[in-house]
Amino acid sequence: MNKYKAVIGLEMHCELKSNSKVFSSGRNSYNEIPNDNISPVDMAFPGILPVVNKKCVHDALMMSMILNCKQPEYMYFDRKNYYYPDLPKGYQITQNTEPVGVDGEITIEVGEKLIPVKIHDIHLEEDAASLDHYYDTSCIDYNRAGVPLLELVTEPCLHSAEEAVAFLEHMRSIYKYCGISEADTKKGQIRCDVNVSIMDEDVTELGTKVEVKNINSFGNVFDAINYEIKRQSELKDQGRYDEVEQETRRFDEESGTTIRMRSKVDALDYKYFVDPNLPKYKITPEWLAEIKREIPALALERKQKYINEYNLSSYDASVIVKEKEYAEYFEELVNLGIDVKTASNWLTTQVLGEINRENISLAEFYLTPSLMKQIIDAQSRGTISSKQAKEIFYKAVEEKKEPKTYLNSDNAQLSDRDELTKLITEIINNNPEQVSQYKSGKTNLFDYFVGQVMKNTRGKANPVITKEILNDLLK
Amino acid sequence: MDKTIEELHELLQTKKVTSAELIQESLQKSHEVEEKYNAFATILDEAGPTEVTANLLSGIPFGIKDNYSTKGILSTGSSNTLKNYIPFFNATAVEKLLQAGAVPVNKTALDEFGMGGTGTTANTGIIKNPWDPTRMCAGSSAGSACAVASGVYPYALGSDTGDSIRKPAAYCGIVGYKPTYGMISRYGLFPFASSLDHCGVLTRSVKDAAIVVDAMKGLDEKDMTSWDSSHIHLYNSLNGNVQGKKLCYIKELCDIANYPNANPELKEHLANFHQVIENFKKCGVTIEEVSVDQKLLDALPSVYVILSCAEATSNMSNLTGIIFGPRGEGKNVNEMMKDHRTKGFSPLIKRRFVIGSYVLQKENQERYFKNAARVRRLLVDTWKNLYKIYDAVILPVASGPARHLDSDKDILTKDTAVLEEHLQIGNFGGFPSITLPDGFVSNLPVGINITGNVYDDANVLNIAYALESTMNYKNQIAKEVTHE
Repeated sequence: MNKYKAVIGLEMHCELKSNSKVFSSGRNSYNEIPNDNISPVDMAFPGILPVVNKKCVHDALMMSMILNCKQPEYMYFDRKNYYYPDLPKGYQITQNTEPVGVDGEITIEVGEKLIPVKIHDIHLEEDAASLDHYYDTSCIDYNRAGVPLLELVTEPCLHSAEEAVAFLEHMRSIYKYCGISEADTKKGQIRCDVNVSIMDEDVTELGTKVEVKNINSFGNVFDAINYEIKRQSELKDQGRYDEVEQETRRFDEESGTTIRMRSKVDALDYKYFVDPNLPKYKITPEWLAEIKREIPALALERKQKYINEYNLSSYDASVIVKEKEYAEYFEELVNLGIDVKTASNWLTTQVLGEINRENISLAEFYLTPSLMKQIIDAQSRGTISSKQAKEIFYKAVEEKKEPKTYLNSDNAQLSDRDELTKLITEIINNNPEQVSQYKSGKTNLFDYFVGQVMKNTRGKANPVITKEILNDLLK
Repeated sequence: MDKTIEELHELLQTKKVTSAELIQESLQKSHEVEEKYNAFATILDEAGPTEVTANLLSGIPFGIKDNYSTKGILSTGSSNTLKNYIPFFNATAVEKLLQAGAVPVNKTALDEFGMGGTGTTANTGIIKNPWDPTRMCAGSSAGSACAVASGVYPYALGSDTGDSIRKPAAYCGIVGYKPTYGMISRYGLFPFASSLDHCGVLTRSVKDAAIVVDAMKGLDEKDMTSWDSSHIHLYNSLNGNVQGKKLCYIKELCDIANYPNANPELKEHLANFHQVIENFKKCGVTIEEVSVDQKLLDALPSVYVILSCAEATSNMSNLTGIIFGPRGEGKNVNEMMKDHRTKGFSPLIKRRFVIGSYVLQKENQERYFKNAARVRRLLVDTWKNLYKIYDAVILPVASGPARHLDSDKDILTKDTAVLEEHLQIGNFGGFPSITLPDGFVSNLPVGINITGNVYDDANVLNIAYALESTMNYKNQIAKEVTHE
């Protein structure tokens, strides 16, 4: 199966976050109640006109820049004309003549390797309504009609299911980092089409391209690609490659296979033309510069910085950059003067563990970086043990009180040297037998004394100081 | 109801007449006109009076072309595809007039969705010319033109994609004005060809047209092609002073020598045109003859057909009978859409859809659609160059008075094709354009048109206002000519 090279191109549709839809004032939010987020425009009542949502254009331009695409001088839209029950106007407003970005390239990480992915174009368009099919009827939900979509089309430059999914993950991370989309496949916010062909290693001519449409999870993208590579390779092995047809297929989740929908020969002529209702408008260099300034540092960039400048492990760095809010939390800790390794440890173990357990976001988490600093500082000063630090962490989270409350109260560590000396002297005096055994060479009894001190102080004695005093007095 | 808006307003303010009385008279007239000429899609018998305010339009009845969306009122576009459609929102232009206190008393019939120039293709039947019921009103704003000319009310809304306001105005002996593209919001106007569609008005005087458009116009956040005209006050700009204004007419269109097969009506129409402009010069206007490439002019009708049909095909794809309009029958959704459209549209429209689809097809788009767009650009540039020198272009409308209903509809004779269609340049360029009556040929009214540069509406209207005052056709009401 591996004797052929697979060539893969992706189309990734991502729903954008916005208050209103891309060409109407209808609300754009996830809504379980059908036909609740609608305006007359979304249902194409006679006489309605589209009005472009500037925020969506802004976000589309931002993505275009992130993908290192060329931006057009003017923004305008085309009509893609076809009849379908989910398309109220009988045409979709999209971009064909001058997409918001063309000819881009972006570097992604596949495993430990960096590879470039060429971008054919990215364009802004509106989503169609959604259909629910029942036994003898179909229902149309117009909530989705007019929801802003960015469609990103790669060149056929990927060569494995791993690369394809790595690309999709990379893009999902960017969408989320930029706050452009929630990019949640469970809410249907990302849909993909994949184009797969195979070719002999030593030829340059591309094989026959098969399109698998409307795949709704990255796992299914992975499976669909591998299935197609296998299917096409087997046919080629058997000398039946001419049976691979330029066609559109769909992925069947249950069987893990792809199923033929239609031949490309029957492809519709969409009769594209520029939508006269949306006058073209100039994208000024000033606006572009402004958008460029708003682009945040992205995951891969931050990860490389953490590894190269902070000497974090690749694993820890990956965990931290998984979400922008994690990375920002981490960077804030570092900016507060906390050692990178300590900051990384606290974040990746305690903090993320806690928010996962509670199923909350980091923004909802009580201990902000500056509150965390109170605990971390106390521990590094030796005022509290790591065990105590953890206890204070949970107490503070549970009671939503500043950690320093616990540091100052009687819960705090006993670090007073005189008080400890007095206490330890008493313990030594009360255990003459153990003292003589210790002095005669049974040094492992040291821990017995430490245990006695802890027992007497209910674990609050500063362990470092306790050991110092014990060492002194038992000499 | 044969009075001007100012006169009616004065009568209302001095309480010599009430809004209720005006509406009653208008409704009564509506029924008479409907009986005789078949001008309406709906008559709003429940229409009630509004408070008379300082607004000139308050308390006064008017008509709305049935391709404007009117909340709670049947709006069919004179098409069977929408024969039961009652919108839940008003077109912006309608909303603005309602806010001014104006009272709609009927919805006027039109060539189905504005696609026709005869007034004979409404689903409610042929609309007859009030000067001579054996003749057509032209279209598509046929019902509006017929009603205003008959004195049902001082004004009615129209829409204009090729000449749909300005030609019916000429055939019915009244004023028809479409302002610069985007001056009036198109929100709620059923689209025909979005890049050419204009809202506008039919009245019996230039001043009334100015008053009504002042109320209809304005930036609308629902229409991205609308623009802010708050600095333009059409009514207040009418002073009749045209001293030093420069106009031109196109030799190729106005020279009788260009029409070797001219009939007597055409000869009379052109002779009258030249006499009218000669007379107009006395007001201090310069009027010059200019020449435009005949080849470019000859391309005009086909460019219009290509562009308007292409946009129309797409614009009317929402008419599937699924969300609104009568549901079609069929085993599945495609069959239902097909049935709805097959039964709903007239053959004329279907023909235009076929043309529109054809010119947009991938293999034809460059040759037809894109080339048509290029020629459109050339024509607009030619006119824009004229506007560098001239305030406006003045031309005769059509090749004579209203045509007979039994003459070949919508088929143009080659000779006069451009003369019949030249008003479409106003749509190509979005130019402000106004038609007014300028005489009689065969006892029937004929019209003259003034078209200026975009945003120059006030100037264009003032020139028309001055020209109107040199003639005796202001506020004329149609009187049926008697046949032997």
